Amino acid sequence: MMDFLSPQEWAALGLSLKVSLWATLGSLPLGVGMAWILARRQFFGHGLVNAAVHLPLVLPPVVIGYGLLVLLGRGGVLGGWLYDVFGITLVFTWKGAAIAAAVMAFPLMVRAMRLSLEAVDRGLEDAARTLGAKPIKVFVTITLPLMLPGVVTGGVLAFARALGEFGATITFVSNIPGQTRTLPLALYTLTQSPGGEAGAARLAVLAVIVAVTALMMSELLARRVKAKAEGHIHD
Amino acid sequence: MTDAPLHMSVRLKRGDFSIDATLDAGPGVTALFGRSGAGKSTIVAMLAGLIKPDDGVIRVAGETLFDSQAGVNMAPEHRGVGCVFQDPRLFPHLNVAQNLKYGLNRVSPAQRADTFAKVVDLLGLDGVLERRPAGLSGGEKQRTAIGRALLSNPRILLMDEPLANLDAARKSEILPYVERLSADFGVPVVYVSHAMEEVVRLADTLVLVDAGCVKAHGPVEDLLARLDLTPLTGRYEAGAVLNATVAGHDDDVRLTRLNMLGHKLFTPRVDLSLGKTVRLRVRARDVALALTPPVGTSILNQIPVTVAQVELGSGPHAEVALSVMPKPSFGSAQAQTVLARVTRKSYQDLGLERGKPVYALIKAVAIDRHSLGGLGMGADQNKS
Repeated sequence: MMDFLSPQEWAALGLSLKVSLWATLGSLPLGVGMAWILARRQFFGHGLVNAAVHLPLVLPPVVIGYGLLVLLGRGGVLGGWLYDVFGITLVFTWKGAAIAAAVMAFPLMVRAMRLSLEAVDRGLEDAARTLGAKPIKVFVTITLPLMLPGVVTGGVLAFARALGEFGATITFVSNIPGQTRTLPLALYTLTQSPGGEAGAARLAVLAVIVAVTALMMSELLARRVKAKAEGHIHD
Repeated sequence: MTDAPLHMSVRLKRGDFSIDATLDAGPGVTALFGRSGAGKSTIVAMLAGLIKPDDGVIRVAGETLFDSQAGVNMAPEHRGVGCVFQDPRLFPHLNVAQNLKYGLNRVSPAQRADTFAKVVDLLGLDGVLERRPAGLSGGEKQRTAIGRALLSNPRILLMDEPLANLDAARKSEILPYVERLSADFGVPVVYVSHAMEEVVRLADTLVLVDAGCVKAHGPVEDLLARLDLTPLTGRYEAGAVLNATVAGHDDDVRLTRLNMLGHKLFTPRVDLSLGKTVRLRVRARDVALALTPPVGTSILNQIPVTVAQVELGSGPHAEVALSVMPKPSFGSAQAQTVLARVTRKSYQDLGLERGKPVYALIKAVAIDRHSLGGLGMGADQNKS
């Protein structure tokens, strides 16, 4: 089984999973917060924020990668500060790859969460307030549990999107074996090198297997969470 | 006045719709009655803090919840105003016990177990505590919602048409619980409804709401006896409310005998013990008038009355308010009012002028079973 892939290919798979997992988990709270702001708040500039969140969906990924490079690169506004104060380098590291993946996956995540949040009856939140719950308690005990199916769906969509991330990643953190060469980048590299066809085919099959597995698991999980939120399962 | 359970005077304008409501509620049950769209729900939402009035004052038990001039607008969670909505609004991911306990932290820790047990017992929820709302019947859901609001230890309880979504059987299942609420928990209740039979059965004080304004405010008996208010109380449903005591049960014919100011009044059999006070509503269209007591008639109730007021509309009807005086043997008591709707022709033929003595004929079967209830304990408290 281990022989099915070369060590480099295993490394690419492991790196992809690590990058995608961190990208997803790291952006989950931000996604929930953003979904809540977009679904439940009315403010000046609402449309602008909404557009900004959706930008990675419509822009060429290379543009996002370039933007990240400008912003978070060693010489960038934020990147320089991060390096000076914390000694953190993002460019050419897996952390940078995770950030690129997170940014690209963010719109999908927020969309799924926002949809399920909008389906939560505000009457329930009102009822909870009249029972003495402060807004933060209402969110934690009522809104969040009821929007959980959307959180799961959003998380899985983001994970799947992160697994496939290519353009922003290669632009922002380049294609360094063991550091930033994720599955899609490894596949691309193999297609560019003579004799890499077999490896490329193996990686392509692998990508399909990983993606399908993730989707199936998420479907199961989402169904279970949904049933629980609707009260069909006893705990 | 400052210590009245509720005083509110609020104004709100949203497009074409405007609210200008001033009302006070005492202990016991205060009903907010009006057609759908009259603004009742908006008024209680302002009371609960879910809608902010443009200006005005809201005080509960002497504490200011809202005062536009002083810039006070207390958040819903600090108001201590319990709410039962038309839809039960149970939290679907929590079971009945968890729903009930959601607001329990406003009860002092020492009393929580006792209060919880008392509410579960009162509302008969013992068998469903572990169930999720999805597995409850409509009646059980609404009982859970009532229990949940009670357990948040409210200073005042708002019930916004809690029975409107239930069928007749479920309604009669829940009404007795609601009747006992105010008395058992000593909490004033504001009850919103557009069903007069619920109002008559539950409320001591009636607030008539129309087009966002409070049109009349007072004891249920007084307001329902007023001819000028019948357009608001519903012309078809118009009828006065009488207070009587149970004098006996005639089980062989399944009737209950009531004593109303010394007059005998038959109604369909009700399960109330002798001497208990009942309130019953007699619809104006179920009352006929005669100059002399008819003989050989199926109408059991024939009560001597005097014409107090007549109102002629544009149609063929005449609305007649009749005073029922206590019989000399009954001792001194306040007169009560019965309303009758007769034709304009009868009005002329019988010469129904003010002060004329006539007989009010009331079919026993026409007395609405659902509007016939033991007086809520809240009412008794009011009087003592």
